[in-house]
Amino acid sequence: MTATAERPTTTIFRRPSSTKGLWSWITTVDHKRIGIMYGYAAFTFFIIGGMEALLLRIQLSQANGEFLTAGAYNALFTMHGTTMIFLFVMPASSALMNYLLPLLIGARDVAFPRLNALSWWIFFFGGIFLYSTFIFGTSAAPVGVDGIGGIDGNLAPGGGPGSFNFLADSPDGGWFGYQPNAGPLYSPGTAMDYWALGLQIIGLASLVSSVNFLVTVLNLRAKGMRLLRMPVFAWMTTITSFLLLFSLPIIAVALFMVTFDRQFGSLFFAAQAGGDVILWQHLFWLFGHPEVYILILPAMGIVSEILPTFSRKPLFGYSAVVFAGAAIAFLGFGVWAHHMFASGITPVAQAAFGLATMTIAIPTGIKIFNWLGTMWMGRIRLSTPMLFAIGFVAMFTIGGLSGVTHAVVPSDWQQTDTYYIVAHFHYVIFGGAVFGLFGGLYYWFPKLTGRLMNERLGKVHFWLMLLGFNLTFGPMHWLGLQGMVRRTWKYAPETNLEPWNVAVTIGAFIIAFSILIFMINWFTSRRRGEVSGLDPWDARTIEWMSPNPSPEYNFAVPPVVTSLDHFWHLKYDEDAEGRAVRKEDGDEIVATIDHEQLNPASPIHLPNPSYFPFFFALGLPLMFYGVIYHKQLWGKGLIIVGLIIALAAVIGWAIEPLEEPHGDHDEEQDAIPPSPPAAVLPPSEGETESSDD
Amino acid sequence: MVRSRHRLIRLGVLIGAVLVLGACSLIGSEDQPLTTFEPAGPFAEQIDNLFWPVFWIAVAVFILVQGAILVAVFMFRDRDGSKEAKQLHGSPKLEIAWTIVPALILAGIAVPTTAAVFELTECDPDAIEIQVIGHQWWFEYHYPEAEIDTANIMVIPAGQEVCAVMTSDDVLHNFWIPALNGKRYLVPGQTTLLRLQADEPGEYWGHCAEFCGLSHSLMRARVQAVEPAEYEAWLAEQQTAAATPVEGTDGYEGFEVFGAKGCIQCHTVRFEDDSASNIIERASFNGPDLTHFASRNVFAGAILPEEGQSRDEALKDWLADPPYIKPGSFMPDLALTEAEIDALIVWLDSME
Amino acid sequence: MTELIHEADLDHAHPEHEGTGVEDRKLGMWLFLSSEFLFFGALISNYLLYSQRPGFPQPYPAEIYDIPFTSVSSFVLLMSSLTMVLAHNAQTREDANGARTWLFATAALGSVFLAGQVFEFTEFIVEFDMKLSTNPAASAFYLLTGFHGTHVAIGVIMLLSLWGISRRRGGLSDRHGLNLELVGLYWHFVDIIWIVIFTVVYLLSEPPL
Repeated sequence: MTATAERPTTTIFRRPSSTKGLWSWITTVDHKRIGIMYGYAAFTFFIIGGMEALLLRIQLSQANGEFLTAGAYNALFTMHGTTMIFLFVMPASSALMNYLLPLLIGARDVAFPRLNALSWWIFFFGGIFLYSTFIFGTSAAPVGVDGIGGIDGNLAPGGGPGSFNFLADSPDGGWFGYQPNAGPLYSPGTAMDYWALGLQIIGLASLVSSVNFLVTVLNLRAKGMRLLRMPVFAWMTTITSFLLLFSLPIIAVALFMVTFDRQFGSLFFAAQAGGDVILWQHLFWLFGHPEVYILILPAMGIVSEILPTFSRKPLFGYSAVVFAGAAIAFLGFGVWAHHMFASGITPVAQAAFGLATMTIAIPTGIKIFNWLGTMWMGRIRLSTPMLFAIGFVAMFTIGGLSGVTHAVVPSDWQQTDTYYIVAHFHYVIFGGAVFGLFGGLYYWFPKLTGRLMNERLGKVHFWLMLLGFNLTFGPMHWLGLQGMVRRTWKYAPETNLEPWNVAVTIGAFIIAFSILIFMINWFTSRRRGEVSGLDPWDARTIEWMSPNPSPEYNFAVPPVVTSLDHFWHLKYDEDAEGRAVRKEDGDEIVATIDHEQLNPASPIHLPNPSYFPFFFALGLPLMFYGVIYHKQLWGKGLIIVGLIIALAAVIGWAIEPLEEPHGDHDEEQDAIPPSPPAAVLPPSEGETESSDD
Repeated sequence: MVRSRHRLIRLGVLIGAVLVLGACSLIGSEDQPLTTFEPAGPFAEQIDNLFWPVFWIAVAVFILVQGAILVAVFMFRDRDGSKEAKQLHGSPKLEIAWTIVPALILAGIAVPTTAAVFELTECDPDAIEIQVIGHQWWFEYHYPEAEIDTANIMVIPAGQEVCAVMTSDDVLHNFWIPALNGKRYLVPGQTTLLRLQADEPGEYWGHCAEFCGLSHSLMRARVQAVEPAEYEAWLAEQQTAAATPVEGTDGYEGFEVFGAKGCIQCHTVRFEDDSASNIIERASFNGPDLTHFASRNVFAGAILPEEGQSRDEALKDWLADPPYIKPGSFMPDLALTEAEIDALIVWLDSME
Repeated sequence: MTELIHEADLDHAHPEHEGTGVEDRKLGMWLFLSSEFLFFGALISNYLLYSQRPGFPQPYPAEIYDIPFTSVSSFVLLMSSLTMVLAHNAQTREDANGARTWLFATAALGSVFLAGQVFEFTEFIVEFDMKLSTNPAASAFYLLTGFHGTHVAIGVIMLLSLWGISRRRGGLSDRHGLNLELVGLYWHFVDIIWIVIFTVVYLLSEPPL
């Protein structure tokens, strides 16, 4: 926090003051640094989840494959799904939202910077907690209702042909955790507890950040930034936050029920004792379907930023795109049972949910057509971010169309639980969300580093990923319709499914290779990429009025917004035909903005770093470890230790001094003692670079 | 120069995509016993008839959208001398159009969908009832009228409707015979229905489609449709009890192993002589009824015998170590000697 | 919810902006409570679903409710909302002593309610042998009322913290005054949820035939 050099020295607690090194990252409350940490963590989990997928694909590349044991296979597909959804796409979206939301709306930070740090640390520890199952977790084959099973050594999961059986001691009930299979009777051992409690922690992180983002959007927009002047990505962040706010409590309840069933003997999903196993599915998908939109809407926002910039036209039908996003979110709460068309729910319910599902295609179509309208008659530059955005539209459309075939309920009876579904949601989540996220990374990379990513490598990455992606997930449609069921460790040679499975596996490795190219590009461009300047893309929105790399204070002079695409209108006029004409002094305007934003006229007041989010977050996994091992004394001890750490952190948080010793409101002026101008200068480039590490 | 190379690459990708699609249809002509594209009865047929129009509508939209993307990219690409774009903000007329047109198309799809849902969920009152009970990891079929119990392969009369009344003994399963109908869950503590009908005699493959634990991938199913007369004969045959082996006959040694090794704790065999049957109460988990084991051409969750394997070879592998073949199997490795296995096979083979 | 209490130093870090006019932390609390509504909504629906499934080991919660007793403890909790309002009222009148007293009264009433719940659970478990694992309805009952009790307990802790701060500093500053309002919002929410639980789960619920 170099921007505020003034700190109290007279109180018991000093707020942390490191600006470099590990402590500065642990105590930071800067939304940009938090975003960066989210990003690197998400990417790490992406690599892990990807490795898991590759192992699965090796197993499936031949009929009756004997590469993985059944236990290892089941654990890997469970962790692949859980990782990609909760530990990759969600935090990766969070990374971009964190970094960009304040910039997009012209704020200096989010509304509650310490809470923001708390979200991140809770997520981080939640991810570690979940993955610690590979070290501490145990998993066993079901012991049968009265424990007669497992007579002969089949208490260890897996067995049978294949290797990597050590991986089997991790959650193996699927990312959807269907009951009663994932319950105490059929998934004994602690692995599924790690899963349930890990998701609980990660959910809490998302809940906290959704409140934070919403207050930020509602209360901290720059002057003149009316709601319908917000960039679409800010809008989609808002809508996503609402979705999280209303869907997370449902999954929290469901996961508590599972944990109580598994740990304390409640009977919610014990079918033999009156539990209702289908209720789990209702609760899970009541969260799980909005979750799909939680994954895709941020990417839709990103694409809605990139397409206009690179088509050099405003977003076609801005308000339609925004309202379609809201409509998708709203309808998203009313379609959950389309995941359960085969579960034997009544025909009335099936028909109703089928119809509701079809209606979602309408706002989705509106978005797609408006994106096409944006490109149409534009002046399209096919830079890497644009390629990914176009790839998003093309691939997501395929996912959307296969989605309509699921809404045709009887068709879905054939398709559900087959690879056709796997194909469908990968077209939505990979072809959609992941393409969008990569587009966003290429697009906003200069904000992070002040440099551009290498275009040539970027294009190689795009085309390889597009090819690999379609080779991986395209044939899965076909495999599913030819009867390949999901979550299958083996398939019989007689089914003749092998040829396309080979293609799919090759495709998966092509994707992996393209990601490698991305990583090379990322790490070399960070240091050696072309310097971007303020406005590398001739962009439209105000985040580009903040210098690159972003200074800690975002804006020295907060912009006063006069229109949608405010930045563009500062640079461009329209001629009689309505074509854009760059103002004669356009370059000067940009240079002036850059200069003004880099040289604040007066000291800028920013929130101080804090230790307490980190420690509060640290307490949670300790408590949850304690819950898993509560039957042991040390388990109970852990609960207490975790509770004490969390409580101490809350107290510290509460009595942590404000920047000024006497700490209450209306001290804006006296809070800023005279300080040398050097203290408010943005960090030098070298500093930013080293602190990234 | 550079630009033309890029175009070539793109053309290559396009041609590649076409080839992939073409290859798809070629490979589809091979024998794929689980395919959804060869309905063998009225219910699967009805689903198939619903799928194709929707599929072609989807193809049309696909071509429209992807075509528009390609055209936009080629036509409006920024080239030397391109003019700046007109700053269009949208068109209410277009917005209305692309709201209403998809809505109408979807309404068109919705009508037959809804009708089919209702038609396909209610069993005909005259249908033959067969109970399907899911176990980790095999399907049990109970014929309530004939009071017989079989496993892994379900025998039905061709041309008649069967109402599968389904439940599960443990976790969720999902019964799926692609050629006969879509899927339906088997839910512990609840009953679900599935209509099945095969028009012609034949053997139809199936699979448990819901993840049901360790060996989910090895929980498969068969349906054998036979002529109605043959079906009646089969029922009568299945109702007969097994002959109690007498000391000195071929099957006797196997029968003894069956008793001595505790197989009867899970497996039922209905013997002619009640005293020998020693049927214990159905345990909360149980194995298939073996009374007419030899009349079934598949066993162990319909995974054995594998292609090119004789039944006896498969049995030998299976009895030697069931959990190796089917991980997590409740049928344990009883450390049978080769002689014991051979004896068991002789006896099992005798139970037609 | 506790983490929202002391976020006061951040608001003025931002330049002038468009906004709702509602203070950041208050808006945050409202949003958080909207999420909490769904949390309890799911728990209550759960109970309603399970309480109507017949045929499992007795007793069902609805068979052993002590309605007069629970009515009294519900009344106590309701009264605590009144004292909470009085505390807030005193704070706005800058009556530090009054605010402190009413805060303490609110916490005390909350504690009485909690004691009542502990007694109720003990009675159910010891006397009627209705455990978490007796039947799903019992599971749902304990999960619902247990989570509600946890919320009350957290509320009591927050109230007592404010009371402690007020005692030490001779009153609540503006910043803590806002905290009092936030805790008040939370407290009323917990109360409202209890009214729903008491009506739907205790009064209207009948054991299945």
